[in-house]
Amino acid sequence: MNIPSLLGAKRSPVVSAIVLQRERWRLANANTKRDVALLMMMLPGLLVLFVFAYLPMFGIIIAFKDYRAYQGVLGSQWVGLKNFQYLFGTDDARRIVVNTLAMNALFIVSVLVVALAIALLLKEVQGSSRWLSKFYQSTLFFPYLFSYVIINYFVFALLNTSNGFVNHTLEAVGVHPVNWYQSAQSWPVILTLVTVWKNAGFWSIVYLAGIIAINPEYYEAATIDGASRWRQMWRITLPLLKPLIVINLLLSIGRIFYADFGLFYQVTRNAPELYPTTDVIDTYVYRTLTTIGDVGMASAAGTFQAVVGFFLVLLSNWLVRRTEPQSAIF
Amino acid sequence: MRPGQIAIHASLLLLSFLFLFPLVLLVSASLSSETDISRYGFTLVPRRVTFDAYQYVLQEPSQILTAYAVTITVTAIGTAAGVLVMALLAYPLSRPDFSWRRPLSFVVFFTLLFSGGLVPLYILVTHYLQINNTLWALILPYLVMPWYVFLLRAYFAGLPRELIDAAKVDGAGEWRIFFQIVVPLSRPALATIALFCALTYWNDWYLALLFINNPALVPLQYLLYQISTNIQTLQTSSQAFGVTIPALSAQMAIAVLAIGPITLAFLAVQKHFVSGITLGGVKGD
Repeated sequence: MNIPSLLGAKRSPVVSAIVLQRERWRLANANTKRDVALLMMMLPGLLVLFVFAYLPMFGIIIAFKDYRAYQGVLGSQWVGLKNFQYLFGTDDARRIVVNTLAMNALFIVSVLVVALAIALLLKEVQGSSRWLSKFYQSTLFFPYLFSYVIINYFVFALLNTSNGFVNHTLEAVGVHPVNWYQSAQSWPVILTLVTVWKNAGFWSIVYLAGIIAINPEYYEAATIDGASRWRQMWRITLPLLKPLIVINLLLSIGRIFYADFGLFYQVTRNAPELYPTTDVIDTYVYRTLTTIGDVGMASAAGTFQAVVGFFLVLLSNWLVRRTEPQSAIF
Repeated sequence: MRPGQIAIHASLLLLSFLFLFPLVLLVSASLSSETDISRYGFTLVPRRVTFDAYQYVLQEPSQILTAYAVTITVTAIGTAAGVLVMALLAYPLSRPDFSWRRPLSFVVFFTLLFSGGLVPLYILVTHYLQINNTLWALILPYLVMPWYVFLLRAYFAGLPRELIDAAKVDGAGEWRIFFQIVVPLSRPALATIALFCALTYWNDWYLALLFINNPALVPLQYLLYQISTNIQTLQTSSQAFGVTIPALSAQMAIAVLAIGPITLAFLAVQKHFVSGITLGGVKGD
């Protein structure tokens, strides 16, 4: 706003300077009042974040200390990298890192492929029956609602040794029943199936929304040119969906160092026989902290995860920014 | 319908059936007698329908009712407080004239990138705050979820600025603007966030696993976890009555009781779920 023009021409320069100054104060005052009010609104949330997100961040110093509960975090002795040396001196470190990365890689690819396939199928039947396509979407999304505790019950109903559905079916066709909760080599497949079952519906809705957003004129033009549905999928839908797919892939890769604790802890029933394939960083940290009570090792593993995870997120965002600048998170 | 479409319908129907399959198995087991389960295993349809398992579970319902009460309390308080706190956190960040917008956005955002992990949180809650074995430990850690804060911020930023400016000219303060203009206009977004918050609290067992060992504060999901790891919980209590223990079918009955409300809620508000997913999945900023 052009303040001097409001003052009229007759006033002396001194008076108008004073009025101008006052106007500035009034505005600054109003701005401060606004900022203070808005800050007060944010206060509860910021406080929660400070206590439950930022304080634990500083807590990573525990990994460099010999933590004793009675000495507290600050009072405990610094021990440098000793906890990390212990951690990487064990066979566990390699196992949990390999399991975390390998299982997550399996999950990322499988969920992507199945969710995309479902989305493409849903797209084909969109026009034909509204009711049915709603039914498919709801049903396929449904497992997303269940906690891993409940999913453990589902999986147990299928896999328990003496009366699970799978073993009964195997017996019926003359195959020896399998002691699933003791055969570690089966669990990469089982957990992948569970993850796909739980998450594919969710992601197919995301991809379907992306497909619906594609301009229908492309398809109309392609149909006029005589392109088959199959060809339209490969030449129109998938290429136009590529940015969304790439972003979701990169974001999952940014989280690849974090395992889904519930999946690995609940669904495996925390069976030690399955650790060779199902022990991941998160279950290891939990077990080391609560069952074994080794705060040093647990915090070393947790800090290692946090730091590597942080760089992976930065890396994935950098890659998103290079491929799809508008989609970068920061 | 083209033949291709019929094939697609068939495969989607098959897939839908496969996805519902474990649920059917669970419900069927909860309606079967224990002897039928041990003889025929889990089957898609019960040989003979019996409500023994439910009767058994509900004849001594105090544990389950307590767990229900804890879960409902935590879900109600957590959802209401969470939505309010997150909306209040998000709204100033959506205001381009707010001087602290950029630095404070970063403060919220950074928690998405980096976290201290389990060990510091565990020590903080049990050693310093000493709120383990209280309802606070089940509510506070999930109160602010940064991802939802950003979804809300994006929604608030899309509201017409003129309304806020006009209210200001009329002399309304920031709090009044928020509660009387912003909140009513943002009902769909707030409802969606509330839905996902409620789901998180309803389904949570992790915080209880870490912080609760007082039986009076055990939420439903954690009770289910305890039951599955320790069938003893049921067996010891049943010996007092001198009845046969419907262990497996009772477990399944409790699981069905736990997923019932969520299933009903889902059927009632499906639309919001779908709009919530596309809100978060497609448009991330």
